[in-house]
Amino acid sequence: MAKVIFVTQNNGSVEVEGDSGSLMELAVANGVAGIDGDCGGVCSCATCHIYVDPADFVTIGSAEEVEADMLELDDQVTEYSRLCCQIEVSEQIDGMTFVVAN
Amino acid sequence: MTAKIKGISLFNDAFSDKRSTSSLGQMDDQNDPVNMILGLKALRKAAHDSATFQSGATPGRIVIPSEVAIRQTRQIPFEIDPPEHSGFRELLNPWFKRPLAAVYQVKLQQIIDQTIAHALEKDSVDIVAEFALPLQSKALSLLLNTSINKAQTWIDWGTHVFRSESSNLDADKANVLYNYIDAEIDKTMAKARPDDSATEDLYSVLLNAEVDGKKLTKEQVKGVMILTFAGGRDTVINAITNTIAYFSENINDLQRIANEPDIVNRAVEELLRYFSPLTQMGRVATEDTTVCEHAIKADSRVSLCWASANRDEKVFSHPNSVDFDRKVNPHVSFGFSHHNCLGATHARQILRQLVLTLANKVADIKVVSADEDIEQLGEFSRKVGFNHLVVSLSAK
Repeated sequence: MAKVIFVTQNNGSVEVEGDSGSLMELAVANGVAGIDGDCGGVCSCATCHIYVDPADFVTIGSAEEVEADMLELDDQVTEYSRLCCQIEVSEQIDGMTFVVAN
Repeated sequence: MTAKIKGISLFNDAFSDKRSTSSLGQMDDQNDPVNMILGLKALRKAAHDSATFQSGATPGRIVIPSEVAIRQTRQIPFEIDPPEHSGFRELLNPWFKRPLAAVYQVKLQQIIDQTIAHALEKDSVDIVAEFALPLQSKALSLLLNTSINKAQTWIDWGTHVFRSESSNLDADKANVLYNYIDAEIDKTMAKARPDDSATEDLYSVLLNAEVDGKKLTKEQVKGVMILTFAGGRDTVINAITNTIAYFSENINDLQRIANEPDIVNRAVEELLRYFSPLTQMGRVATEDTTVCEHAIKADSRVSLCWASANRDEKVFSHPNSVDFDRKVNPHVSFGFSHHNCLGATHARQILRQLVLTLANKVADIKVVSADEDIEQLGEFSRKVGFNHLVVSLSAK
């Protein structure tokens, strides 16, 4: 079981927990504002953009090529950007905080 | 077009040969030529660069075939560029996300259930005219939050808003839509503002809305409504019809979805990639520029060829196969960047619920007759859907 916090653009803070699926699915299931996940998690829509805490970025890892190509053309991109449909929920992310980009 | 029964689930990549030798294709369209961007990465770059490749050209010019001769009203937000585009998009996004609400999905399910039940009752049914068109039109009543009884008028217009048997751009037919929207706007303006926001339809929401501190003009409201009617018509009809065509020859894939409903999102995205219900969309270059080192002249047209990019072998492995296990699928069937499809949430919801319901209720789909809709785009011949697809459905 992993507990994580999403910080939304209106400065809301949502603590959610899960043990499987993607981080996008977990956010959508909990109604996190700014995470739409329109494409259902196949890395086609870029509506699940988050910023990983710099201290956690090595643990989370960089985006693969397809995801990086999507992010490259996002106006809100930073070096800590990820699409959270490509991040699995696991104990590895327990305790992390993610800032929603949109 | 000759009838064809076998191979109807195949949608060949019309651009493969050209893409292997060049990043651009060419076609003429009413003496306004188009350079077609064929590869995914170059297409996404151009789609994102709205300053160089604009949508806010003469109304109708970015559409292929061009609608300049039959339309003066600017479609909104589709034919406006950032930054002006942003305010309209912010206004419209929440409304067009309503398909995510449970109450919307319950109503949509009723429409889908009735459509499938009707098809199962008949010996055979033309999926284009008797299934996809009514389903699209009735679902549109949900998107507009208006009475489902209005859908019959839209069904009576036929499959295409701008196209008749005699012409790909029929001005008389287009005027039917424009006059209808004018009349609906006038009717809404004549009514008092509803007390209950739940009864508001899209017309009244738009007429009462402001963007950047200014109320929308009647012409702007009309521009949003034309886009809503026209943008989601042929595309949704093609997506529904092609989905049935696919499962008619791949019934085991439908059974797999019945057994594994969790894969439905992936399945729908993959079908959308494979079919690319809209072949391409244009832009107009604002200056002399280049695409993949090819010169593009100012005020000439390029197209973002979604159908080609969705088969780009540099991005998609086995691009010509439908693979429901494709977990990373960066297709552009709903466009890309600022102008990605406003109706995508609605379209996806229709397809997801339709496919799940077919999987649970339909045992077999037998094709009786088919007539493929082939677009001729310069040297490229592309199957985009069907003029008719008569099938017999068997219940589980």
